[in-house]
Amino acid sequence: MKEEIELIKDGKRLDGRGFDELRPIKIEVGVLKRADGSCYLELGDNKVIAAVYGPREMHPRHAQDAKMAVVKFRYNMAPFSTDDRKRPGPDRRSVEISKVCREAFNPVIMRELYPKTGIEVYVELLQSDAGTRTAGINAASIALADAGIPMKDLVSSVAVGKIDGEMVLDLNAVEDNNGEADMPIAMIARTNTITALQMDGRLTKEEFERGLKLAVGACHQIYELQRTALVTRYNQNYESKSKREEE
Amino acid sequence: MYQVVVPGDFLSEETKRAGEGTYVEEGKVYASQYGIVNVRGEIKVVALSGKYMPSNGDVVIGRITEISFPFWIVNLASPYEARLHVSALSGIAREKIEFGNMSEYLDVDDLVVVKVMDVNMLMKIELVLQEDVELRRGGRLIEIAHTKVPRVIGRSGSMIKMLKEKCNCFIFIAKNGRIWIRGKEDDMDLATTVILKIARESHTSGLTDRVAEFLDSFRKEKERELRG
Repeated sequence: MKEEIELIKDGKRLDGRGFDELRPIKIEVGVLKRADGSCYLELGDNKVIAAVYGPREMHPRHAQDAKMAVVKFRYNMAPFSTDDRKRPGPDRRSVEISKVCREAFNPVIMRELYPKTGIEVYVELLQSDAGTRTAGINAASIALADAGIPMKDLVSSVAVGKIDGEMVLDLNAVEDNNGEADMPIAMIARTNTITALQMDGRLTKEEFERGLKLAVGACHQIYELQRTALVTRYNQNYESKSKREEE
Repeated sequence: MYQVVVPGDFLSEETKRAGEGTYVEEGKVYASQYGIVNVRGEIKVVALSGKYMPSNGDVVIGRITEISFPFWIVNLASPYEARLHVSALSGIAREKIEFGNMSEYLDVDDLVVVKVMDVNMLMKIELVLQEDVELRRGGRLIEIAHTKVPRVIGRSGSMIKMLKEKCNCFIFIAKNGRIWIRGKEDDMDLATTVILKIARESHTSGLTDRVAEFLDSFRKEKERELRG
């Protein structure tokens, strides 16, 4: 039998966050030299690296699409990313998450510009603490932009859930394991278009709507962080480099 | 200062001026690429990275990847492979080029300067040899993002002219971001350093002046070394 854990104390969560508070996010763009685009992202204790290759020639050939690029998305957890060692390689869970994430990008990637090619997105989780797919989507979105792939928008993603009967934003592992529901969402912040939504657990209609509202607000915050990371990268790069040269 | 935009950024309401790197939705122009906005004339977003897409008339540097009679398969640093027909070389060949002797003219890993003749709907790309540039002898090849090629050339060729003069090198810049340099070893080293610097700082203003400064200070140092 699972022990009951009190997840909310005095209106605060176990890690001291309020109900509508995100975990701290850290983003670094272009961390991999050999990838066409890449991004390292931390969402609380989640650490994820995303790499994008392509558009390039699609292999296997029979999987080509004569009209548009094929997007391949691989979500993978490192064996050391969890408490107990994870058996390496794809499993039922990661195959499903890969598919969901890939489809979250379908409305934004302008695939028709690169017929017959493949765009490969690799999301590797180095450390996990619930909400890994949302961290993965956020990182992949930046990596895709960094790779110079034409897109209509960036995709931002966050999860909401229900713990101790309250709707809260961005669950961590303790809350996820002991909570009543978990609902990851991916969306285009500018147009408020939801590109992916999953739900695990039970919510009433009111709870769902309250959660969705929380998530939408958070996605706008995340979008700003993503945008800032991309924009400041170039200014910083140049400044730090010219400084080094002066020295 | 150049303005950096990300996909989905609103650029303008003048849909008629929408150009490369943008898309129009509900009467508004948005960026479709991560890059730098240019609003002179067309509203364009010059990408900071991305793959080269072959288009008719481009002069590019290709690398032979495969011989498959009667074509050489050529890599253009783009998502699509291109084909060079044996007849492209018939003008230079001493004898008829056949299945067996294709590699005597162009072998796998050789570099060629070619012109894109035709890109069809299926992205089949036909090439012809650009005979005025002989590439196979000497020098070195560097690769930068194709989007940065215009910066290395400079406005009406100012940057490249300066590079050629000050580095004492033959420099050939191809549309696909491959650059061929030929000269003395240390001259080539300098040219490589400078070109990579340009590619790295392509998004900043006053670049030509800064590069000129860099080259001058380098020369002065060299002279001092020689005297000392």
